[in-house]
Amino acid sequence: MPNELKEILSRHAEERSELISILQKIQDLYGYLPLEAMREIAEYLKIPDSAVFATATFYSQFRFTPRGEKLIRVCLGTACHVRGAARFLDNLKKQLGIEEGETTPDGKYTLESVACIGCCALSPCLTMNEEVVANVTSPKIRKLILKK
Amino acid sequence: MNFETIKEKAEKEWLSLSDNREPVIYIGTATCGRSAGALAVMEAIKKEEKIKNSRIIETGCLGPCFAEPVVMIKKYARPLLVFGKVKPGIAARLVVDYLREDTIDYEYVLGSVGSTKIDGVGELFDLPVMKPQVRRILRNCGFIDPGNINHFIALGGYSGLQRALALHPDEVIEIVRDSGLRGRGGAGFPTWKKWKTARDAANGSDLRHPGSRAFIICNADEGDPGAFMNRALLEGDPHSVLEGMLIAGYTIGADRGYIYCRAEYPLALSRLETALNRMRDLNLLGEHILGTDFSFDIRVKEGAGAFVCGEETALIASIEGRRGTPRPRPPYPAQVGLWDKPTVINNVETFANVALIVNNGSDWFAEHGTENSPGTKTFSLAGKIKFPGLIEVPLGITLKEIIYDIGGGPADDKNFKAVQTGGPSGGCLSSEMLNLPIDYDSLEQAGAIMGSGGLVVMDEDTCMVDVARYFLEFTQIESCGKCVPCRLGTKAMLDILSKITEGTGNEEDLTFLRETGIAVQNGSLCGLGKTAPNPVLSTIRYFENEYIEHVKENKCSGKTCKSMITYYILEDDCTGCTVCMKMCPQKAIIGASKEVHRIIQEECIRCNICIEYCKNDAIEVT
Repeated sequence: MPNELKEILSRHAEERSELISILQKIQDLYGYLPLEAMREIAEYLKIPDSAVFATATFYSQFRFTPRGEKLIRVCLGTACHVRGAARFLDNLKKQLGIEEGETTPDGKYTLESVACIGCCALSPCLTMNEEVVANVTSPKIRKLILKK
Repeated sequence: MNFETIKEKAEKEWLSLSDNREPVIYIGTATCGRSAGALAVMEAIKKEEKIKNSRIIETGCLGPCFAEPVVMIKKYARPLLVFGKVKPGIAARLVVDYLREDTIDYEYVLGSVGSTKIDGVGELFDLPVMKPQVRRILRNCGFIDPGNINHFIALGGYSGLQRALALHPDEVIEIVRDSGLRGRGGAGFPTWKKWKTARDAANGSDLRHPGSRAFIICNADEGDPGAFMNRALLEGDPHSVLEGMLIAGYTIGADRGYIYCRAEYPLALSRLETALNRMRDLNLLGEHILGTDFSFDIRVKEGAGAFVCGEETALIASIEGRRGTPRPRPPYPAQVGLWDKPTVINNVETFANVALIVNNGSDWFAEHGTENSPGTKTFSLAGKIKFPGLIEVPLGITLKEIIYDIGGGPADDKNFKAVQTGGPSGGCLSSEMLNLPIDYDSLEQAGAIMGSGGLVVMDEDTCMVDVARYFLEFTQIESCGKCVPCRLGTKAMLDILSKITEGTGNEEDLTFLRETGIAVQNGSLCGLGKTAPNPVLSTIRYFENEYIEHVKENKCSGKTCKSMITYYILEDDCTGCTVCMKMCPQKAIIGASKEVHRIIQEECIRCNICIEYCKNDAIEVT
């Protein structure tokens, strides 16, 4: 088991209630949940592998394939929707040549949507890694992607 | 340390700020401020050599999001001067001009706050967007450093806790009962009843279960898209919520609390952690709080992106580390909750209200609001509105007052069409309902719900069928799949709605939507399924003509449904600049430089990019 993984586990009690927190820390570390890591968690918490999978797949936050260098999440909240969020998501899909949940072949971008990030007053918005981009327009998106 | 000593110290620190000879600069760096560039504004101000002696304090959200980033300056013996729409390029100049030259660039001034006045500057709270508001929950937001517990204490924070600790728990329940407080998460259940049930159950459970007797959970899983009140409060004044949790813990006899906060709110999560640490420093958390027999600890639990976890039994499953699926009630969590122990689950705003009620009394609380819905309520005002933002108003206020007096009406002088309340569980109300007073019961009668407080305004360019489809798509994805009516019913309704928006619907579809909607409402276990059809049923109720128009005339008057709209270029306005030609991802625009362009309809995918790039408004949609 890699040391980082061991360290994450050691910081959590061997209790089922720690499962989601552990999965979150693992995803912070790798950008996704590797199969092997989930098996290690199951062993550590003394629960079946299936319980870990079942829980992880329930929550939309977790992904099971590696993510790109830049994670673009288009907010599809109500305020964003009425201001055209779906169009911006379509435009991004077209420009990046990928579908929602996919990563560009060069590993640069992963495109996702998010239910609402709570920046409704500055809608439409999206996040690029940690940064929130407000009042999104097509020219803004173009610049974002051209910057590379 | 006793509370008096803590408070004295806190007040000293707060006074040193307001009576300081050195200037203090407050910058709103909540998530909305940041997305508008507040951090770059702060950097620009920090770099400015001429104002090196001023203190910079990061605050939460003041409320008027349309004016972000907001910078407030406190000069000695002057009220606070509040600037809005401060861009990084002008920030340093604004501050230097005011502090060094005493000149004010009025273009950026929002108003002043304080007992004295500044010449030529009106008061912030006299602005039309502020005046109808009653700021209790939001009193500190934007004015204090959320990371500094002393600011909160100096302004009366934790006094409610101190008062509660001197009372018998039954007396606390009485105060909450007399106030008439109803749960602010949306359903409006009387808070005191929940507490009393949990307290009775906890007393009874003493001998049967070892370990903790009972738990407190703060539901900060603000999952409704279009709502951000809880985020703003947790980022701007986290202690106001934590104080309420402590009072609840003392009252029902719990020794542990959890805040279940969604992962999409990273800043709120980190500010909560900071707040908890500061509480531990002052013995406001831990063993024998403030020297009493009451011991309590709080842990932050990060959600993982599941809307259904806002439902209390699903939320409990999630804290226990399981899939967030709801279970039937009764037994209610107040009887059998987290790890089968009595558990009080309240919304963020409910806890914030409790602390104020205990401190100020139940009569004070009921000074605002209506008989059945006393108090104030925070709302997030967004969508196609002129002045979006976070507001707090007395219950009983009308939709019209909120949308027109505070929000300034729809943006760009468009006509108002609808307001959506209560997120995916709520409904869309038409202009006929604008005089409706906002309280729990009126909204329910109108086919919507209060919900947690998201208000999304829609104008004439919004297609209500598309809005209904949007919400159904959301609830269909978020349905946990446990109940058949919810799992399959939402899917069937979504398919029909998609058919209608794609132009292949018929009139019978409306009957199907109504019937299925009622079946889903009746046959689902939890709030998600029970309310999922609301957006569809309420849009059919108030906007049936739009549905009819879609299925009969293949027409979308909201100009949204792609199969029913056409983009074309206005010959008189097109200058032939070729920008739209270059930007069209389909190469569907033809023409030459300085010649009128034309859209090849067969190629056009109606992505709207040409409109966004056109500087001459030469492209129209019909």
